[in-house]
Amino acid sequence: MPELMLDGHALTVADGTSVAAALALGGNGCSRTSVSGQRRAPLCGMGICQECRVTIDGRRRLACQTVCRDGMQVETQP
Amino acid sequence: MNEYADLLIIGAGPAGMAAALAAAPSGARIVMLDDNPFAGGQIWRDGPQASLPAQARQLRERLQSHANIRHHSGTRVIANPGPKQLLVEDDENGWLISYDKLILCTGARELLLPFPGWTLPGVTGAGGLQALIKSGLSVSDERVVIAGSGPLLLASAATATQHGASVLRIAEQASLTSVAGFAAQLPRWPAKWLQSFSLFNRHYRAGTHVLAAFGTDRLEGVRLQQQGKIVELECDRLACGFGLIPNIQLGQALGYAIEGQALAVDVWQASNRADHYAAGECTGFGGSELALAEGAIAGHSAVGEVEKARQWWPRRARWQGFANALNQAFTLDPQLKSLARPDTLVCRCEDIPYAALTEHSDWRAAKLASRCGMGACQGRVCGAAVEHLFGWQPSASRPPYSPARIETLMCLDDTPPA
Repeated sequence: MPELMLDGHALTVADGTSVAAALALGGNGCSRTSVSGQRRAPLCGMGICQECRVTIDGRRRLACQTVCRDGMQVETQP
Repeated sequence: MNEYADLLIIGAGPAGMAAALAAAPSGARIVMLDDNPFAGGQIWRDGPQASLPAQARQLRERLQSHANIRHHSGTRVIANPGPKQLLVEDDENGWLISYDKLILCTGARELLLPFPGWTLPGVTGAGGLQALIKSGLSVSDERVVIAGSGPLLLASAATATQHGASVLRIAEQASLTSVAGFAAQLPRWPAKWLQSFSLFNRHYRAGTHVLAAFGTDRLEGVRLQQQGKIVELECDRLACGFGLIPNIQLGQALGYAIEGQALAVDVWQASNRADHYAAGECTGFGGSELALAEGAIAGHSAVGEVEKARQWWPRRARWQGFANALNQAFTLDPQLKSLARPDTLVCRCEDIPYAALTEHSDWRAAKLASRCGMGACQGRVCGAAVEHLFGWQPSASRPPYSPARIETLMCLDDTPPA
């Protein structure tokens, strides 16, 4: 069971859980803030819409296509 | 790290898997790319809360048993820098793949249409919610409304219910007459007919569509037009998708001819470009059975096995019939074009409202004036929406086809000028 850090809080999830699912398991489900300041959450769930982009270990990645790994640092704030 | 493939397959869903397995016994060096963590596409998405059918597991095992099939997961196509060459990127690296034959199996995505409140957290696609649940999202004790069009709504409802959600309503925009007409044809495909019983849900309503989602920081409820009446339901999630549309961006950029909204192919699944094929949902929505047949035909054709390809024709024809019945039954109601209000955002990447688009006459003019479609998703969501709303044809994408790292783009330095 991987343990990751989501916006500074530790979170343990089941093996194979996507970061998109972890956002809701360990927080309010939001992934990013839009250009006009709205909070957004994963929409398409399949790598198309880019709404679920987050920073993972310093790189911008799609949460819905990334599987949680031990020690991952996930940030949802701009 | 550059790579060569006799046969490069883009997409590891049913069509891509079938293509690779058909071509593998020829001994061709096969490379298969997919942007998801596992093979299987959307229909056989794996995850901690997914239960893969035996057929999907078998196909995955067979893929692994062929030493001449290399599968790169989590890998996206970024550019096409030269003839028969693609620039790709995974989590760590960018590299060039040269190929002799190419099969595009890029699948389909959901048509997501703008309506007031659709940007609120808690609103997802219909297939989107199913994908998120399979990948570990908890919906236990949540109230869910599912809306839009097509059989995916029932499949999504079944997944949500199975994981403890209370599905309050399944709102199908097609009329009861259309849905009943489709259901009456189902005995022609017995497996589908049987499946339809397991998916039956008493909260299903035809002739019903979403009007708005509301809530302050996240979704609190939805307003539906249900068979002429307005109904409001409090809920935690709204999963809304209006059917599937082919992913043709890469094909379009590679010069494939387009027919309707899909990549055009002949009886061998070959495109207008020599050595370039396509199979599965990117050639038109039809379900996994059709995709498997098309993939097998494309795989055999690409390695010159004409007779073996021909043996799959009857199966393709049978499932094409199912696809035709499906597409006819779930045609979208023109009322859905009027859901967006002037301040409803159409482009979610650049936050462009509907009112900023209505004054323009085509996609290009609207893009240049407003930045609609120029954000991170490159118009994959709003481009399809404006095609539906205004009839604008989206222009071919330009590289990079997905957001890419600078280091990946620097691989292009090694390329001789085209």
